[in-house]
Amino acid sequence: MGLALLAIIWIITFISTYFFAAKTWWLPKGVAAAAPAIDNQFAFTYVAMGIVFVLAQGALGFLVWRYRDRGDLRKVSYSHGNTKLEVLWTALTAMLFIGLNLMGSPIWAAERFEPAKPDALPVEVTGMQFAWYFRYTGNDGKFGATKPELIDPSSGNEAAIGLNTNDPAAKDDVISGTMYLPVNREVDLQLRAIDVIHSFFVPAFRFKQDAVPGLRIHMHFTPTEIGDYEIACAELCGMGHYKMHGMVKVVSQADFEKWLADREAAKQ
Amino acid sequence: MATTAHVHAHAAPQGFIRKYIFSLDHKVIGLQYYFLALTAVFVGMFLSLLMRIHLIWPTAQLPLIGEIKPETYLSLLTMHGTIMVFFVLTTAPQGGFGNYFLPIQIGAPDMAFPVLNMLSFWTTFVAFLVLIAAFFVAGGAPLHGWTGYAPLSALSNSGPGEQLGADLWITSIALFCVASLMGALNFITTTLDLRAKGMTLMRLPLTVWAWFITAILGLLAFGVLLSAGILLLLDRNLGTSFYVPLVVVNGQLMGHKGGSPLLWQHLFWFFGHPEVYIAILPGMGVASQLLSTFSRKPIFGYRAMVYAIVAIGLLGFMVWGHHMFMSGMSPYSAFAFSLMTMSIGVPSAIKTFNWLGTLWGAKIRLHSPMLFAIGFVSLFVSGGLSGPFLAQPVLDIPLHDTYFVVGHFHLIMGVAAIFGIFGATYYWFPKMFGRMMDENLARIHFVITLVGTYAIFMPMHYLGMAGQTRRYSQFTEVAYQTKLLPLQTFMSYAAFITIGAQLIFLFNLFWSMWKGAKASDNPWEATTLEWTTATPPPHDNFGGLTPVVNHGPYEYNVPGVSKDYVMQTDPASAPAH
Repeated sequence: MGLALLAIIWIITFISTYFFAAKTWWLPKGVAAAAPAIDNQFAFTYVAMGIVFVLAQGALGFLVWRYRDRGDLRKVSYSHGNTKLEVLWTALTAMLFIGLNLMGSPIWAAERFEPAKPDALPVEVTGMQFAWYFRYTGNDGKFGATKPELIDPSSGNEAAIGLNTNDPAAKDDVISGTMYLPVNREVDLQLRAIDVIHSFFVPAFRFKQDAVPGLRIHMHFTPTEIGDYEIACAELCGMGHYKMHGMVKVVSQADFEKWLADREAAKQ
Repeated sequence: MATTAHVHAHAAPQGFIRKYIFSLDHKVIGLQYYFLALTAVFVGMFLSLLMRIHLIWPTAQLPLIGEIKPETYLSLLTMHGTIMVFFVLTTAPQGGFGNYFLPIQIGAPDMAFPVLNMLSFWTTFVAFLVLIAAFFVAGGAPLHGWTGYAPLSALSNSGPGEQLGADLWITSIALFCVASLMGALNFITTTLDLRAKGMTLMRLPLTVWAWFITAILGLLAFGVLLSAGILLLLDRNLGTSFYVPLVVVNGQLMGHKGGSPLLWQHLFWFFGHPEVYIAILPGMGVASQLLSTFSRKPIFGYRAMVYAIVAIGLLGFMVWGHHMFMSGMSPYSAFAFSLMTMSIGVPSAIKTFNWLGTLWGAKIRLHSPMLFAIGFVSLFVSGGLSGPFLAQPVLDIPLHDTYFVVGHFHLIMGVAAIFGIFGATYYWFPKMFGRMMDENLARIHFVITLVGTYAIFMPMHYLGMAGQTRRYSQFTEVAYQTKLLPLQTFMSYAAFITIGAQLIFLFNLFWSMWKGAKASDNPWEATTLEWTTATPPPHDNFGGLTPVVNHGPYEYNVPGVSKDYVMQTDPASAPAH
């Protein structure tokens, strides 16, 4: 049984590590400004943890086999521990874990402590059971007022988010079920939810943030590559959670302006 | 040191009802908890079987059940989590084995408050019935997940199951909290006041330390959940707005105003994170006990092990915010929560190193309890090492609420803790039932369960990295997730086999109760007090005697002693400490 245990533990370790190392399943390609730093931190953590994983499982399998009772007269070492060793590995683990934390903190700070730059594109995201709506300010650079009493999800777009069309600032607001973004321009994202908590998750942007009823949460990110990217709701929001899906279309600045102008024109 | 406290001696009851149903004997109550958890674990596992079937064959027509709808999937998920966390992982290791063996291991005739003990079990039992009742009311069981985030959980029109089912769910949890508070008080008082002469704190078996610290965590954590649950009931039924701001659900403006959804998360996780340690600490205690016993070596660094348990318990109350990095909570607090969470890695690593240190130079007897202890260490390492990913807010951005998290907590608080329960079952079965469990069946059970659980839960990490969100009843709506279905299929088959293998355990358990080989009083040649008394132990545990403790709990292969172990009660003249 000692040899069998060694084999089982080592094989499990080998197969697990193989699929991590071969990156058979991996983070999707990152296409936002923050992705390289996050991926770097991920890779570093993963190598550090991978080494500890292989060493610990390897040692466990080895010790169980090496020190199994073979019915011999070998003397067992009587020891209550070794203070020097314990201090050593406590210090090493503390350094590793605190070090990882300190490495990652500047990235987090850049993402979440700083607001978006003043020239960022304001986009409002509204989550509801089970759809996402995206709002652009139009030419006035201001979002018009919304009123909860006006919310009617079944009518879509303006009515879905309860836009108060009597507000002058609301006249040129553009609302869309698909998110259009110009490439390489920072987005000043404002998240809200009208019913329950949803979570706006775009794996390719390395971006996730809950949209919480009662809160307007400001976030920012910069898409860096033209293409279509999927949004998946990442917070359980009810029976249709699995199909609360959306698309982000990252396009050139010119295409973005054309799309926005077409949407404005369609409103008239 | 134990001073003047005494248990009110209660004579062994004669009638069936007082002996086996409303018993005051901690051993009977321990078994009641154990069999409640055993029932619960098979219910919870059956729910996961249905979930794994639905994920890969969403339109399958199942006998009696029919087709599982997306909302039914969410009910299964909610009930699976709630049953497993509360009625299995909290109930079996603490209520079951803790109740049975804590008094015996410290040399006490019973718990400090036997009536409270009985009440605590029966309250837990009622809580379980109330929870199961949620399946059978109109609308069915709630779909808000075991974490019950408001406002989803606070509004009866937010989804099917959020009517009476959700009220029953909260009521069940509130009852469970009350029961756990009673249990925690009992465990703490018993450990502090009823230790036998010579049983100093530093001679306590590590199992007792684990149960003791777990009870303190329970006392501090369940009170908060109880209050949070009552507030949620008020929001649902009396129109208060603790957790619900102004919201519009299904186009209907709800009457709430000004509540905070994040308040629920803070209160829930203030309980929820310590709960993780409530589930796993007893497993750590059992693993330490078994590794030392079957290695025939003292535990490596006993004091460090004790300090590590205390440190984990203490830090466990300062890290709840790591569940909320993406919640909209202040990003500055994420920094602090992350630092505290990473710090928990240090005492956890101390425990792992010391377990490996215990094996070093040992003479390992690979009996079935030891196999599960070794499996526990392996799973604890695997589940633990994904923690430092999730503890970093910046890595939580891609990983939060994905299968990576599901894999992480299933390995460490699910399967590792279950391996602790299995190890404890195989280890203490002879003492509880006077017979041995079948060793060959145990080995088959062990191998399939270890390989099977890795096959189910390791791939979840890959899925999570690829962005597979959790709590999705189908993966057909999001194109990049549909590509991950082959791996989900593999996991479902692994789950079918692993679940099937648990029937081997069930058979072994009941078959051995009546047909197993007769056990001696100390079949494993272990040193702690439960092995000094008769098998099964008499009503007052030590047959009218009061044990006197002269040694630490893990004195194996002491130089100058002919036997390879020194019982805790052996005369002080033996050259050990």
